[in-house]
Amino acid sequence: MTEKTEKPVIEINSLVKHFGPIHAVRGISFTLRKGEVLGFLGPNGAGKSTTMKMIAGFLEPTAGTISVCGYDILENPIEVKKKIGYLPEGAPLYGEMTVTAFLNFIADVRGMTGKSREDRIEEVIQKINLQSVRNQTLETLSKGYKRRVGVAHAILHDPEILIMDEPTDGLDPNQKHEVRTLIKEMASEKATIISTHILEEVDAVCTRAIIIASGKLLFDGTPAELLAKSTNGKLDDVFREITTKFHAEQGMLLAS
Amino acid sequence: MNNIKAIFKREFAAYFATPVAYVFIVIFLFLMGVFTFYIGAFYERNQADLEPFFRFHPWLYLFLIPAIAMRLWSEERKTGTIELLMTLPVPTYQAVVAKFLAAWCFTAVALVLTFPMWITVNYLGAPDNTVILASYIGSLLMAGGFLAIGSCISGITKNQVIAFVVSVVICFLFLLSGFPLVLDFFRGWAPQAVVNAIASFSFLTHFESIKKGVIDIRDLIYFLALISFWLYANVVVIENKKAG
Repeated sequence: MTEKTEKPVIEINSLVKHFGPIHAVRGISFTLRKGEVLGFLGPNGAGKSTTMKMIAGFLEPTAGTISVCGYDILENPIEVKKKIGYLPEGAPLYGEMTVTAFLNFIADVRGMTGKSREDRIEEVIQKINLQSVRNQTLETLSKGYKRRVGVAHAILHDPEILIMDEPTDGLDPNQKHEVRTLIKEMASEKATIISTHILEEVDAVCTRAIIIASGKLLFDGTPAELLAKSTNGKLDDVFREITTKFHAEQGMLLAS
Repeated sequence: MNNIKAIFKREFAAYFATPVAYVFIVIFLFLMGVFTFYIGAFYERNQADLEPFFRFHPWLYLFLIPAIAMRLWSEERKTGTIELLMTLPVPTYQAVVAKFLAAWCFTAVALVLTFPMWITVNYLGAPDNTVILASYIGSLLMAGGFLAIGSCISGITKNQVIAFVVSVVICFLFLLSGFPLVLDFFRGWAPQAVVNAIASFSFLTHFESIKKGVIDIRDLIYFLALISFWLYANVVVIENKKAG
């Protein structure tokens, strides 16, 4: 669907992250191009969030490189962060601020000014359907609205890259649908990474899927290719097969 | 500069968006009054100055400033908003400086609200107002020193209670480093030059000297260097957490 000749916007090479004795990410490499929506799959504790935090510049890699639009994340963290819109897991927010105050703060820090800034904030509020809560403080919002404000903050500066850690987690089916539609609408103009537990989501919004377990990359391909590995046409079963097989092998290695 | 301004604005407004600001200011003013009039014997002294007022600032700050500073980074870590802040295109030092300045301005507001004290003493007599002004500046500088320590400690932990207690202890040591309590510990074995150097780190010594009405460049440099050092340490602490 995208031209393979175009230079990737994200290049990740042998990424490693240790937290003391814990090896959270163990040598992950992949690239991402504009227009792609990458679904990050894996069991809990697989290293999905850690990898996303490293790309967003919140954590520093122990080893390996991350390059975003040609900028190295360690050499040019500020340039990288300008290109990225990031929704952290659970969408943490400054509870005492109102929706408008919060978005204005983000616009300030993103260096947006003048009329275009006002217009953009208004546009995002309309797009994400935040009109009815715009003057409410964030701590009084429901989970769904909080998540939406998180999404609004991530797309406010119209970033080239969108990274969302479990954007639909804890939402009701309607809200999930809304968020997915939103991601699909924006997909062609951006490079998107989302992490999820919900395999149907991969089928619904992603053009590519990556499975990681215990910090290692186990599968990288289109959802159709993933499905083709299945014997009964169920993504859930393929996922279970790939990850448990890997864990079993790891167990054997450790035992020997 | 824009980043510092934006974060400063957000932080400063946050104090007043929650009861924190009002509770702090009321307690601050109340305790100031109690100390000045009852313990400091403001009236009984029959002198037109604010010495009994400023005398207790270091001791009030010892507990009140760490209470302001403890939330600076701990709270962000606890609620996860630090992930929002640190993934915005803002260098760490700017975030540290902006948060510190917001807290410092907030203490300045509390300090300015003690103005009825100044009016009272001017109504009752003819105090030397330059001494009072110098004391206010000295008090604010000292508050900045306490805040910088508290901000750095707050960056280490996501537990605000730990941040508070550790900050109080470190502030206490800095406050008293000119006194036997701290100096005796070093006197036995350290060379005299080291003991003198430690003694010169005392908040109290420098505040006392400003309180006399002369802002000596050395006292000014002391407080500014102290603030810079702790804020630098604060940046290092935050950066280190990134490397996990």
